[in-house]
Amino acid sequence: MDTIEAVGIEKSFGRHRVLGGVSFRIGAGETVGIVGRSGCGKSVLLKILIGLLKPEAGKVLIDGEDITRMSERELLKVRRKFGMLFQGAALFDSMTVAENVAFALRRDGKLGEAEITKRVAEVLELVDLPGIQDKKPAELSGGMKKRVGLARAIVYRPQIVLYDEPTTGLDPIVADSIDKLIVRVCDQLKVTSIVVTHDMRSVRHVCKRVLMLHGGRVHFSAEVDEFFGSSDPVVRQFVEGVADSEKEVAL
Amino acid sequence: MIREFAEWFEDQLSGLGRYALLCAETGLAMVTQRLSFSDLLYQLHFIGVKSQAVVVITGAFTGMVLCAQTFFQFHKVKMDTATLAVVSVSMGSELGPVLTGLMVAGRVGAAMAAELGTMRVTEQIDALRTLATHPIDYLVVPRVLATLLALPLLTAESIAIGIAAGYGVGVGLLGIDSAYAWHNMLRYTYVEDIIIGLLKSVVFAGIVATVSCYKGMNCREGAEGVGRATTEAVVASSITVLMSNFFLTMFLNRLIYGYD
Repeated sequence: MDTIEAVGIEKSFGRHRVLGGVSFRIGAGETVGIVGRSGCGKSVLLKILIGLLKPEAGKVLIDGEDITRMSERELLKVRRKFGMLFQGAALFDSMTVAENVAFALRRDGKLGEAEITKRVAEVLELVDLPGIQDKKPAELSGGMKKRVGLARAIVYRPQIVLYDEPTTGLDPIVADSIDKLIVRVCDQLKVTSIVVTHDMRSVRHVCKRVLMLHGGRVHFSAEVDEFFGSSDPVVRQFVEGVADSEKEVAL
Repeated sequence: MIREFAEWFEDQLSGLGRYALLCAETGLAMVTQRLSFSDLLYQLHFIGVKSQAVVVITGAFTGMVLCAQTFFQFHKVKMDTATLAVVSVSMGSELGPVLTGLMVAGRVGAAMAAELGTMRVTEQIDALRTLATHPIDYLVVPRVLATLLALPLLTAESIAIGIAAGYGVGVGLLGIDSAYAWHNMLRYTYVEDIIIGLLKSVVFAGIVATVSCYKGMNCREGAEGVGRATTEAVVASSITVLMSNFFLTMFLNRLIYGYD
């Protein structure tokens, strides 16, 4: 199993500095939530962890190996350890659900068609969507797309699963079912999970530990109970969801 | 003002650098990575088979109008029977490859840029990367290879149809003597003219496919970004085809015919 360590990650877009020295370590098998206000760099950080974006400074160590200096082709090998659920699911809209889920297995070329079909059926069962293999992404609801996205991310049995705002844009009942699914995936597959979210209910249900980003750095890192019980004003304001000035109310 | 110009210039330079990198990576991937033949066949069908109507109509009407216009001018100096020689040489080395290149840029280039651009803004290209698949191998190589294979064939088809349509107009409508027309056409059209046309089409294929893929893969966010990438792909590849045609004409004629 792999550990993930970020050391002094810095990232800017133009003149806007998003991350200004983010450091943390996530142990094998942990389920960690990364929270923070919109635009604080949560999704950027997630993309840096999997090598989709390169930081200007700092290191990302996956089991001790720095991936920030790797070329795209070297990163492809490292990414076999990862599965990622995107905010909008990012399903390939020209393919059916089965083709989407089987994509990585077919590209890998190690399994026969019969085994791939069996594996796809199993993983769709795991995400509570049996029998939808022939549907196209356009025929699915938002919640179903996320489940298929998750099935595609875990079908090749990665060691680390990244979730980018898994419950955003879903109604509370579907969001709850996604939370339960994440917990089930963590328990059954024994994977390390990193969940980027600003859904406090999701954090409480899914995560064991929370990292809060604020001002481009890790402002708070603690067990989930400690996070919700914290008296830190930034944490309290975020947990309670209170705007801090008339200016923001006006905005 | 100066600062804006400097930023624009820097943008253009870095864009050229990214385009050069995409071309280099594509070329390298063609020879080092495993190719999916089903993806190549799909693209060949899309680029080759589905472009038939456009290429046939363009080739036929270009040959027809070229024959009519040449005849009207040559008739004044009693050179009617040389009309089809002009049509065949023009279609073979210039109009066939250029017009086919432009039509494919409009139809196929726009579709490539829009498809890849949409994939980029909906994070499907990032999803490919997380699934341990290089976007160049999976998206760009089959498109570039299919265009390189299909465009010379489409060009040959366009040349043949243009000449045949010109012959039909010249002999059937304008009353050119068929024996003299045929004799002059064969006498003044060399195999080298057709070779020049087909070599040009290979270069145009490379330009249309790589420019369109580049524009799609580097598309900006949102529907506006996809729209802009599509427009830019068609405009940039068409202009590059037209500009490179001049240099190719000079270079290939000197190379093949040995003109100084």
